[in-house]
Amino acid sequence: MSEEKKADRKQFASGKLLKKIMADHFYELDEASRTGSKKIAWCTSVGPAELLRGMGFLVYFPENHGAMLGSTRMATELIPSANAIGYSPDICSYLTSDIGSYLQKKTPLKAAYNIESVPKPDVLVYNTNQCRDVKDWFNWYADEFKAPVMGIHTHRELGDIKGYQISDIAKQIEELVPGLEKVTGKKLDIDQFKETVGYSRRTSELWRGCLESASAIPSPWTFFDATIHMGPAVVARGTKEAVEYYEVLLAELNDRIKNGVGAIENERHRIYWDGMPVWGKLRALSDQFTSLNTCVVASTYCNSWIFDQLDPKEPFESMGRAYLELFIVRDEAFKEKYMKDCFEKYKFTGIIFHDAKTCPNNSNNRYGLPERLSRHFGIPQLTINGDLNDMRCYSEEQAKTNIEAFIEQLDERA
Amino acid sequence: MSAKNKCIYVGVDVGASRTKVAVLDSNKVLIGHSIRKSGTDFNQTADICLSSALDMAGISQDDIARTISTGYGRKNVSFSDGTKTEIGCHARGAYHYFPMAMTVLDIGGQDNKIIKLDDKGRRLNFKMNRKCAAGTGAFLEEMSSRLDIPIEDMDSLARKSREIVELGSFCTVFSATEVLEKIRHGKKVPDIVKGLFLSVIKRVLEMDIMSDKVVMTGGVVAHNPFLVQMVRDISGKDVRTPEFPQLTGAVGAALFAMDE
Repeated sequence: MSEEKKADRKQFASGKLLKKIMADHFYELDEASRTGSKKIAWCTSVGPAELLRGMGFLVYFPENHGAMLGSTRMATELIPSANAIGYSPDICSYLTSDIGSYLQKKTPLKAAYNIESVPKPDVLVYNTNQCRDVKDWFNWYADEFKAPVMGIHTHRELGDIKGYQISDIAKQIEELVPGLEKVTGKKLDIDQFKETVGYSRRTSELWRGCLESASAIPSPWTFFDATIHMGPAVVARGTKEAVEYYEVLLAELNDRIKNGVGAIENERHRIYWDGMPVWGKLRALSDQFTSLNTCVVASTYCNSWIFDQLDPKEPFESMGRAYLELFIVRDEAFKEKYMKDCFEKYKFTGIIFHDAKTCPNNSNNRYGLPERLSRHFGIPQLTINGDLNDMRCYSEEQAKTNIEAFIEQLDERA
Repeated sequence: MSAKNKCIYVGVDVGASRTKVAVLDSNKVLIGHSIRKSGTDFNQTADICLSSALDMAGISQDDIARTISTGYGRKNVSFSDGTKTEIGCHARGAYHYFPMAMTVLDIGGQDNKIIKLDDKGRRLNFKMNRKCAAGTGAFLEEMSSRLDIPIEDMDSLARKSREIVELGSFCTVFSATEVLEKIRHGKKVPDIVKGLFLSVIKRVLEMDIMSDKVVMTGGVVAHNPFLVQMVRDISGKDVRTPEFPQLTGAVGAALFAMDE
């Protein structure tokens, strides 16, 4: 009988440190939530974490919890509870699964860290650069916890970014300070803030280095590895621990390159992944690509946590720039150019777009980009229909067959 | 017959709806074939289909040099030597019958596929239906049940239509409601059935741009050849079908079996 080839994934020695950083992050938040020892700020994944950390808050990222709900495959059971109170199944499934998780009092933190619930916020701070959904999401919790909510409202569909736009975001970030000081009861310590921005900048530089190591042939790691190892770049950016972690990881990746060790045995094809991960099927997809000797070398998603515009000398201005120059708020022309640059860097032979049903902002296949890029590069493209968290929107057999057929197509061209 | 002289190649296409087996001789001539409902035990169905196809060819299992399986249940065929996707196999099968640059348009039980091939038979790109089975054989099966019309009568009914009744909904269930509404308003059944065919065609044609030459494959076309005529009329393209459209994937799989 024909059987799928067993996937052999290579583990990272730095994985232990990764687990420790993530565990410490949640234990520290849990302790503060239970004892009130420190103030807790909820922050969107690309929100002003440096300012919050610089002001002494412990920072919790609900989107990270959303990804955990997805990867543990708890999300699909939780989403209907949020639907029932009026949050549509068509909006962000991080939002619906997270609110569903709160309503059903179920969290993946319990199995992973024996933590009963997410930490209570003293303040919630969003940036709508990801989407408008984060604002609604945070507003709901602000009402639930009777905590203040504040936010930054971004510009969208940006081509060339103008100085006034950066100044506007910088000003919005600065204007958060008085409200946050009210919560902490302390004045902003500018030196601590600058130090945090410095750590975040260094984290970003190292994270960029890690991601760009995938330009080596064979690639030392895959997109699927990166989605796991990006944890500290999201939840611990602005800390010394994150810097130290990515120094270790980058050294390990460089070591693999030096020794010619590829993440995938006999790497035959190199793929670019655009769009969100399908969190609930991360392992299955990783195994499928591995068994097809195909490395997903790069992604728009993992690149979204590179903020090397940050500059401790100009903390507000540089944060304004870093959080406005993101791929997600840019226009189609920028996105097309960005992927063309990635093509030069990573030398991929095919592109896969994930059309996530509940995440239009991260689904870049909907305005003809796959076809334009395919024509431009002369390489095939494929769109997979699915979702980040809502597995009711993902037909696994269809997706598997599409991917397998796509690799067959690449084989025909080889 | 010694192993050296084995000269029969088998393709098994285990689709969501039907299992198809094609037996080719070393000259790529189809000498046996069989089609059955896939049911729930894919391996058993594939076995029965193989026996039937071998009987038709007048040969035994010992004559088989190699077997490739394809389709939804391709990994459940115990006697298979390897697998290929149905996209690859439909492309290969269609090119075997019509060696030219083309768009393959396959309408299956649950999947629609559009595959573009160059003049060497290489895949340029492909698309499958998104998210739901509207516009596939499952849609027509559901409608035949709702309208209480035997599925095998739909083709002849559609041919009798004088005034097509168009349906608007994407959704199979809502389409059924829409059909009942049309009946209530006195629309004729042949016109409704032709409208159902048109709905299938629209769902498929909106997936991609067709090239000048189109080859239609799959069970829906095999049982409803009027669909081919309708696609020809609507698209104005050169639309062809193999002799056994439903076997195209199985034939493609058998051709892949000859590669090694």
